[in-house]
Amino acid sequence: MKFGVVVFPGSNCDQDCFYVVKDVLKKPVKYVWHKDANLSGLDCVILPGGFSYGDYLRTGAVARFSPVMKHIADFAGKGGTVIGICNGFQILLEAGLLPGVMLRNRGLHFICKHVYVKTDNNRTRFTSLCNAGQILKIPIAHNEGNYYIDPAGLEELRDNEQVVFRYCSARGEISDRYNPNGALDNIAGIINKKGNVLGIMPHPERSSEDSLGSRDGHLIFKSMVNWLETKRL
Amino acid sequence: MIKPDVYHSLGLSDEEYKNILRILKREPTPTELAMFSVEWSEHCGYLCSRKWLKLLPKTGKYKTLIGEDSGGIIIDDLAIVFKMESHNHPSQVEPKQGAATGVGGIIRDIFTAGARPIALLDSLRFGPLSQAYNRYLLAGVVDGIQFYGNCVGVPTVGGEIYFDESYSGNCLVNAMCIGIAKKNELSQARAFGIGNSIMYVGSSTGRDGIGGCSILASNEFKEGEEKRPTVQIGDPFTEKCLIEATLEAINTGYVVGIKDMGAAGLTCCTSEMASAGNSGMDVEIQAVPRREENMEPWEVMMSESQERMLVCVKNGKERQVREIFLKWGLNASVIGHVTDDGLVTIRDNGKVVASIKAHSLTKAPIYDMPSAKPKRLKELNKLRLGRIPKPADYNEVLLKLLRAPSIANKAWVYEQYDHMVQTNTVVLPGSDAAVIRLKGTNKAIAATTDCNSRYCFLNPYRGAEIAVAEAARNLVCSGGRPAAVTDCLNFGNPEKPESFWYFKNCVEGIRDACKSFKVAVVSGNVSFYNESPKSAINPTPAIGMIGILNDANKACSQNFKQDGDVIILLGRCGEELGASEYLKEIHHLTRGDAPKLDLKLEKAVQDTTLEAIEKGLVNSAHDCSEGGLAVALAECCISNEANMVGAVINNLNYDIREDALLFGESQSRIILSCNSRSVKEIDKIAKRNKAPYRIIGLTGGIEFRILSGKKELINLRLENLSKEWRGSLPAK
Repeated sequence: MKFGVVVFPGSNCDQDCFYVVKDVLKKPVKYVWHKDANLSGLDCVILPGGFSYGDYLRTGAVARFSPVMKHIADFAGKGGTVIGICNGFQILLEAGLLPGVMLRNRGLHFICKHVYVKTDNNRTRFTSLCNAGQILKIPIAHNEGNYYIDPAGLEELRDNEQVVFRYCSARGEISDRYNPNGALDNIAGIINKKGNVLGIMPHPERSSEDSLGSRDGHLIFKSMVNWLETKRL
Repeated sequence: MIKPDVYHSLGLSDEEYKNILRILKREPTPTELAMFSVEWSEHCGYLCSRKWLKLLPKTGKYKTLIGEDSGGIIIDDLAIVFKMESHNHPSQVEPKQGAATGVGGIIRDIFTAGARPIALLDSLRFGPLSQAYNRYLLAGVVDGIQFYGNCVGVPTVGGEIYFDESYSGNCLVNAMCIGIAKKNELSQARAFGIGNSIMYVGSSTGRDGIGGCSILASNEFKEGEEKRPTVQIGDPFTEKCLIEATLEAINTGYVVGIKDMGAAGLTCCTSEMASAGNSGMDVEIQAVPRREENMEPWEVMMSESQERMLVCVKNGKERQVREIFLKWGLNASVIGHVTDDGLVTIRDNGKVVASIKAHSLTKAPIYDMPSAKPKRLKELNKLRLGRIPKPADYNEVLLKLLRAPSIANKAWVYEQYDHMVQTNTVVLPGSDAAVIRLKGTNKAIAATTDCNSRYCFLNPYRGAEIAVAEAARNLVCSGGRPAAVTDCLNFGNPEKPESFWYFKNCVEGIRDACKSFKVAVVSGNVSFYNESPKSAINPTPAIGMIGILNDANKACSQNFKQDGDVIILLGRCGEELGASEYLKEIHHLTRGDAPKLDLKLEKAVQDTTLEAIEKGLVNSAHDCSEGGLAVALAECCISNEANMVGAVINNLNYDIREDALLFGESQSRIILSCNSRSVKEIDKIAKRNKAPYRIIGLTGGIEFRILSGKKELINLRLENLSKEWRGSLPAK
């Protein structure tokens, strides 16, 4: 089993994701330069956080045109496992691999802090080791995490159980008070219909070791490894 | 014939101009005049300060590295490189870009040394938030820091913000960056080896920032001046690519030397790299990538466009180095080569427009400035405690102090900064010092910036000593052993004897305190001319200090962890109210003397704390600073919003005035909390180190109470304290 971490110019969580896979999960991993077309031999592709192309036009809007994105679409089309974290999520939205868009945080500020998310769907390859409704403490760090989709789209997300994580309180209460960025319905992470592509705003790679104040993000990576090894939820 | 008003407008004096004529034995060309004016500006040449900076210790308990643009220490096989630098005047003029480019510049100083930047800190000073322009500055500076730091992927883990009237009209923005490298992989800012190539990499050159260092940084602000065109514009995306490309290029072994084009741009890089390498350099400026048309040679040499560097590359390896920069979408052009004539020769289409000995550009004149103690100080230092009325309600005083912007919680600021990227921040912002683990080792670095400028205003020597002592104390509270210092010395106009007296005394204070802690000053920066039409700023020698934790898992934070812990106070409470936040906020007085500092006592308290933390005996540690014991204890109770822990304090030394006991700022005090089982052991450690030690109370409950016998001095609910402390920033 092998992970690939995509590097766009301006990615800045690529090394953090690489470290978690290599040193915490102890699984093989390599960097994939955004101009490389070769995803062969990879079982999982991570689109890391950061500011690809400076996020200068709109987050993810330039990165979606990188040569690697066409190959990621093919890879995902064939059922390959793809996780986009923060900027990676934004890129997946721009590339149309996930539905919806990201708006600026409603407070108009960048926010970096630990938040809580509730696992709305634990029957995915990204959450199978979480309990139903498990509350995870994972930090966010973004300027544009205010997820939006039209009412029909939201209906569809719900019908297909595509909403995987929602912002909540430490005790699991979901309300506007515990919504850090204004995201519709407190949405923090969604999957595609096929269930093999996850976009998540919080950073699981920043909460995979006790010394960083939370190991909850580790559950997401471990679920992925579990699925890749057994192909069972 | 060059007229005096021409060189005067470039900031050169008659004497300096005569000097240039003597060196060149002819009249300078316009390009040469421009080059001298920037290299001999106070900002680049340190004309007034150099004599005094030599006093600062360059060696300490760790092996030091003193580079051209930064410095550091060696720990095992790692080099830890760090430096703090000011970007005050640009930030006052255009806060977002001023602060952003300050961050960008200090990061470049670190990675051009071959070190990967791992942390940023910012020491900020503004005027009171009651004034709209100061609120604009605070919001703009914070926006600039987040805009740049977040994008480049270097966590902003700490720093400090203070507000004082003296900064109205001249805010301070001091940015510090820390980087790490394998000790044998460092690079130098030098050019040598005849025939080696000089390569320009990074962004193209425009007219932005021309004269930034000579005009903006080396003059005081006057009424109604428009200086916006002299501020540079930052591009953090390019910087991020530049970091990766530069570290990759250095790794090839083909880079002889490399330097950031910061202040004074190409002039500074060509002359200083040649001078440091004892070489010459022949450069064709038509080869410099440009973003504007029809630029004059002197404009190209003076431009402070950001995200550019000059690289000396081994002859024959230009293609390999160029390819790395091209891969990251950056310019990389050979613009010249190293010579052995010691001359910086600048050509424009082959025609020589400047030819100057590199050494003469970099050896700016040294001035011995006159100094004089301000006459009003004698009167200001007097404080008759008998005339200070005692407050009727200490609860009200405490709440007011917690609301004071200098003391209030700064989460509104640091939550706008990505302080977790790189996944090394094990003690997050908001504690005494941030702690950053070093992956691949068990070790961690603690980092802090400190300076109480009111102390320095009333007593510069001791104020500077206290800045060093407090920085060390903050590191110790996080479990770090103080290791080395960078300083950013912010003062008024050095040509005014009173300003210069402050500078001299502060440097002496830093020297003596650093010697006492056996820490070297490995890098630093001087910023003079921090004056507004009204007055000079308070002298502000900001101290950036790093400490080492041998075991990252032993990192300690300031908040009480659980009910039933014993609260211990190390150190002594004196009847000292001079220069305190309490006098300023409650009695509207900036008077008296800075608190006393006994470096022996300081060391005893710090050694006790370190030993107790390293032995795992302590659950929290917090130093007493602005607002004194009551504020420090309140912070211990409420600083973790998710788990606030109350306290009852009932065993203080009640011999002194109650307001001095609660809010006085006696130095060398640390509050510990520990399990009752650990008390005996900590007592022993304190006795062995001869540190004054006292059990003052217990944690627990939903209130913070301080009792004197049966009398309740303080009794406040935690949520009430928290609301005041957290609700003050942002200023509406």
